[in-house]
Amino acid sequence: MFCIQPSPIQIEKLRAQCLADRAGAYTSFEGWVRDLNEGQKVNSLEYEAYQVLAEKEGTSILAEARERWDILSAVAEHRVGHLAIGDCAIYVGVSSQHRAAAFEACRYIVDSVKDRVPIWKKEHYTSGSTEWINCHKTIESG
Amino acid sequence: MQLTLKYFAILREQRGLSEEVIETELATAAEVYRELKDTHGFSLNSNQLRIAVNDQFVASDTILKSGDTLVFIPPVAGG
Repeated sequence: MFCIQPSPIQIEKLRAQCLADRAGAYTSFEGWVRDLNEGQKVNSLEYEAYQVLAEKEGTSILAEARERWDILSAVAEHRVGHLAIGDCAIYVGVSSQHRAAAFEACRYIVDSVKDRVPIWKKEHYTSGSTEWINCHKTIESG
Repeated sequence: MQLTLKYFAILREQRGLSEEVIETELATAAEVYRELKDTHGFSLNSNQLRIAVNDQFVASDTILKSGDTLVFIPPVAGG
């Protein structure tokens, strides 16, 4: 289950959902808000989601990971709202019998969420300006 | 026919609202976006968008029907 989360992500609670007697490996990924992007000092970030479709698409990604790799669990949450530097924006946790499947599935989930799930990020810079990431006015070639 | 439009992120800000109901005879999402872009000056080009109808991703040339909820999805940036 992939959830859009308006309050802080409870990492321990999600990690607990990955526990299984048969699991010999667990990998997790946390995406944090950093203070610099493309040379600009960032003050804070705002995330917005199309919740119904984001949860549907995210849940499909978790199901694809379960089909492609021999894993025991896969959970993920993404924050929305105004986040400060250092806050956790996304958590992905995967457990499996052996480590390779957990590493690969975790990577696949994170990359696919960034690529496909309708979530948007607005950066607030220390200069006072803001920008919706990936939404530049003109598309660069290529 | 009547369509409900929902706006997110940069489109929500440029339109100045999150949702509206419109009356149109245009057949596809691509045509509706072209008209809205002209009216409201949206900065994104149609080739930067994905389309959702009734909470499902669809092709931009899908034929719309009355009562559909249409969402233009700007380039995503989760994570």
